Amino acid sequence: MEELKLHGTWPSPFSYRVIWALALKGIPYEYIEEDLSNKSSLLLQYNPVHKKIPVLVHAGNPICESIIILEYIEETWPQNPLLPSDPYERATARFWIKFIDDKGTVVFKIFRAKNEEEREEAKKQSLEMLRTVEQWGFGGGERKFFGGDEIGMADLAFGAIAYWLGMIEKVTGVKLLDVGEFPQVYGWIERFREAPVIRDNLPDWNLMVETFRRRREQLLESPKT
Amino acid sequence: MSKEEVIILDCSLSPFCNRVKIALSEKGVSYESKEEDLFGSKGGKSELLLKSNPIYKKVPVLLHNGKPLNESSIIVSYIDETWPSSSPLLPSSPYERAQARFWIDYIDKKVFDVGSKIWRSNGEEQEEAKKELIEILKQLEEALGDKDFFGGEKFGIVDVIAIPFTSWFYAYEKVGNFKVEECCPKFSAWEKRCLQKDTVSSVLPCPDKIYNFITSMRKNLGLE
Repeated sequence: MEELKLHGTWPSPFSYRVIWALALKGIPYEYIEEDLSNKSSLLLQYNPVHKKIPVLVHAGNPICESIIILEYIEETWPQNPLLPSDPYERATARFWIKFIDDKGTVVFKIFRAKNEEEREEAKKQSLEMLRTVEQWGFGGGERKFFGGDEIGMADLAFGAIAYWLGMIEKVTGVKLLDVGEFPQVYGWIERFREAPVIRDNLPDWNLMVETFRRRREQLLESPKT
Repeated sequence: MSKEEVIILDCSLSPFCNRVKIALSEKGVSYESKEEDLFGSKGGKSELLLKSNPIYKKVPVLLHNGKPLNESSIIVSYIDETWPSSSPLLPSSPYERAQARFWIDYIDKKVFDVGSKIWRSNGEEQEEAKKELIEILKQLEEALGDKDFFGGEKFGIVDVIAIPFTSWFYAYEKVGNFKVEECCPKFSAWEKRCLQKDTVSSVLPCPDKIYNFITSMRKNLGLE
């Protein structure tokens, strides 16, 4: 097999989307930890437009943006498919993936909020996003995951939001995921966390909380608004 | 061949709707367009739109044999997968597809929003938006390189996604007092190449219509 490398940072949720996809398909690769405060010349060469991780490098060819990487992995290694084969169902999966990517990342704004106003706005938008997933994501409880009984690409996309949301709640004290209001999302998180392969590839919870707690302290101390 | 019903819930000025119609035309697929009243002057959005896209309530919506599809770039991919026999829009190799998806994502996140800032403002804010748009177009020129189209020798998915935005450029140029051709000649040359295609020119609205629309919006916003 051609050389495969993943450039990421720990514990980036976007890196983990790729880690999960590679693990679910049983694809071996080399992981390279990048220092975002001192970006390597290799990273800047591989992703000159956005200068971000993750970047997957396959046979020397760089692929950027986590969801685009997932689509590439799906097309290059078709075993254990992460997308349905029917074009209409694929379009539905891609709709959720896009929704999660466009609207889901607002939860990180709660983490980065420097004042009450910013936090409340981010919380409001996050709740709207969660309500949409709750109402439409799982067919009113008919589906275990976004696409049915098995984990697919939309679940990997949402995992990067939902699992890290738990950490954001712990570090900021903002509580969003009330089991009474979001029984479907709550159930999905439990199933995702316990799923084979996923459960062996989650960042260490305590280490992650500590890391983000320190990061939040630094953020709140920094003079930039 | 079974009867296919293809309907688009449409807005003739919308670049997002127009990319879907260009994709259908490229595939030789007949469709019916239902123009939506997005600004509420004739009763507002249709029940069909609200039912077909309950999460966003936006156009375009493609109804294929009654099944709704939302999000224009996803609809274009669906069209490419569903009618694969004629002129594929996505490249064939996974790596080239990844590159195409990268530029679709870049274009979708940047071009229309920055362009809108140009006509929704005046003075310094407008100048900043103009500079930003030119930088974006220069980045796209780099991606295009020496190729005729983003897809290479043939018109492809990135071209389908990008070309409808250019019908708004005339309005941006008049409001912002600049010319895309002077700043980004390669981009303009690509635009002209695309407009030579029937599948594109038969779909895109006359830039004057868009300019008139923007002028009345600017008056409503108190900018003129």
